[in-house]
Amino acid sequence: MTHSTTSTPYAPELGKVAEPGSVPPAAGPRRPVLRRLGDWLSAVVFTVPALALFGLLVLVPMGYAFYVSFFDWGGFGSPTDVTGFGNYTRLFEDPVFLGDLWRGGLLIGFSIALQLPFALAMAVLLNQELRGRAVYRMLFFAPYILSEVITGVLFGMIFAPGDGLADRLLGAVGLDGLGGEWFAGRDTVLPTLFLVMTWKYFGFHMMLYLAGLQGIPAELYEAARIDGAGTWQRFRHITLPLLAPTLRISAFLSVIFSIQLFDLVWVITTGGPDHASETMAISMVQYGFKRYQMGYASAISVVMFLISLVFALAYQRFVLRRDTEGALTTMRANR
Amino acid sequence: MRALGNTSLSRRGFMAASAATGLGAAALSACGSSDSGNSSGKTTVEWWNITTTQPAKKLWAQRAREFEAAHPDVKIKVVTLENEAYKSKMTALTTSGKLPDIFHTWGGGVLQQQIDAGLVEDLTDKVAPWTKQYVPAALAAYRFDDKTYAVPFDIGMVGFWYNKALFAKAEIASPPTTWSAYLDAVKALKSAGITPIALAGKEKWPGMYYWAYLAMRVAGLDAMQKAATDADFTGEGFVKAGEHLKELVALEPFQKGFLGAAYSTPNGEAAAMGNGKAAMELMGQWAPVVEGDAGKGIGKDLGFFSFPAVEGGQGALTEVFGGGGGHAVRKGAPDAAVEFLKFFAEKEFAAKLVKDTGLIPVSKDVRSALTDANLTAVSDALNSATGFQLYLDQAYAPAVGQEINDSVAALIAGSKSPQQVTRSVTEVAKSEKS
Repeated sequence: MTHSTTSTPYAPELGKVAEPGSVPPAAGPRRPVLRRLGDWLSAVVFTVPALALFGLLVLVPMGYAFYVSFFDWGGFGSPTDVTGFGNYTRLFEDPVFLGDLWRGGLLIGFSIALQLPFALAMAVLLNQELRGRAVYRMLFFAPYILSEVITGVLFGMIFAPGDGLADRLLGAVGLDGLGGEWFAGRDTVLPTLFLVMTWKYFGFHMMLYLAGLQGIPAELYEAARIDGAGTWQRFRHITLPLLAPTLRISAFLSVIFSIQLFDLVWVITTGGPDHASETMAISMVQYGFKRYQMGYASAISVVMFLISLVFALAYQRFVLRRDTEGALTTMRANR
Repeated sequence: MRALGNTSLSRRGFMAASAATGLGAAALSACGSSDSGNSSGKTTVEWWNITTTQPAKKLWAQRAREFEAAHPDVKIKVVTLENEAYKSKMTALTTSGKLPDIFHTWGGGVLQQQIDAGLVEDLTDKVAPWTKQYVPAALAAYRFDDKTYAVPFDIGMVGFWYNKALFAKAEIASPPTTWSAYLDAVKALKSAGITPIALAGKEKWPGMYYWAYLAMRVAGLDAMQKAATDADFTGEGFVKAGEHLKELVALEPFQKGFLGAAYSTPNGEAAAMGNGKAAMELMGQWAPVVEGDAGKGIGKDLGFFSFPAVEGGQGALTEVFGGGGGHAVRKGAPDAAVEFLKFFAEKEFAAKLVKDTGLIPVSKDVRSALTDANLTAVSDALNSATGFQLYLDQAYAPAVGQEINDSVAALIAGSKSPQQVTRSVTEVAKSEKS
């Protein structure tokens, strides 16, 4: 941005230089130096407040959590009881935390294998000429706007065993057998939770895909159709490859969402029954603010951060490489 | 060109200035909360409580104004906080060593922590003259080494609240007083097609009540005290308590989907009782109010009985599990603070609180103010109590209390054995001690 704004004034300037004998050549190089200083000044003025806030509110607490994770600390006074890597070794012996990892992996797998394809199907469907298309788009996107807490309370009531809407509806059409414990059963809680997550988040991914689909030129489809390509072939060889950058980003976001999943689960089950829906973020809150084992909770937060960081870096390096490379090379060319 | 440069510069200047102002404002507001001085020559007594519900909140504030009217040189500053906010604020204040002059306390481990840090006034001699008539159980949570550190205003206990109509339908003649009779009653209710027990499995603490009471009945109060000081819960009594709970769970006495049920939501434990869908719940003295709130309430059909005794156990039927609320005074607080506590505890006002806000009286003098038959039953059980155990999450360190909740929830869900419960609790207790 700064590059474009500073470079525009050059144009009339160059025009002036081109005027015969009006400007001495010595004045040429001096002005850019001043300008560069001005650039630095404005960069400093603009970034320092933001950096200071970012440092104070993000980096310092992160560093402190990292520091605290090496202590056995209850939150009173300052941490003094050093345990070294004790909290970390404890993590990997804690069945609850290992369960968190397993459940997180499961949710990620479900999201990628079921939720995203579903969102893609809906996006392709709503990209057609369809009566009331805008209404459908809005309806499917609406759950994403709803707050997590409202969603949680709502589905807590819908899936109340016995009296809830879900069981009543199933009963009314003679499918009582399909009803059951929902959030109250150790085996049913994760699938039910995933159902709610899909309902809530697929609209977001659908919107991303719709935006991506808009960017695919209609000429390609037209040409393919003339060449005799069928619906599937057009989807497989035009839509999918051209939508790939969007798909990669949406999968990335989906994984990060799953790793940090907290509020929805907290409201519906608080991680229960018997830890069957607990996520890393929930364990962190349970240990930190219910048991006052701040050191251990900090260790969980550090591991969560590391998992997210390693995943994000690896994903950028190996999966998003082509997408980001384009951007980087353009930036370099601009410079 | 020049004009453009100027506007962009002035815009920069403006941005920088506003950013600086923003930071400054944030910094200022961060140091905004300072001490309340007494510049007017009056003594100011700061009183922190958690009474956020009406009409109690209004009555309490009124009482402070009445005290000010009687003592023109004292100002009572009432600070009312929501329960969770209060806890976290107090945690911070305890760390900094500056407590309010009068503050709410539940007694037990947290109060002891504050006493050990030298932050709480010993009230033994100051309040002895006017707390003679107090129910011993009410004072128990605030007494350490025979010294009293707080004055209770509320006391309660946990027991079984039951639906008399449903018990009659299952042909149970009288509430059970022994564990085997209790299990028989559960079986009778089940075979009559009635859900015997409502339980909020999602919230864990209601399930813990069963284990705690069984441990009190089997292992006894002394063993529970000793387990806490030795950080060892592996004793036979605790394992037995878990086994008895397992016997109960094996009868599948709880409502459908109880593992996901909350306590006070429209399809939770209290609502199941209040709508007559379950025959009993193990709950504190607040149960009737919440049953009427979350459900319809069952009115005259509601009855109360104490947790049954376990055959061959160390504990007695008359030992109660409960807790209440009290007021502690900061070390070095003005004398007016204790003066106010005395004023607050005066018989007429205490009776008014009992009548209007549904408290259970802490003083035997005020018992006559009780009109509700069930609350009277609770009050009588407390008056004749031979032993008292404070709520475990207040009596023990927070981590230990949570581990008990967690492990017992796992026991009820069937994923932990009674031995595993005692082992996990012991492990946490040991790590908290070290």
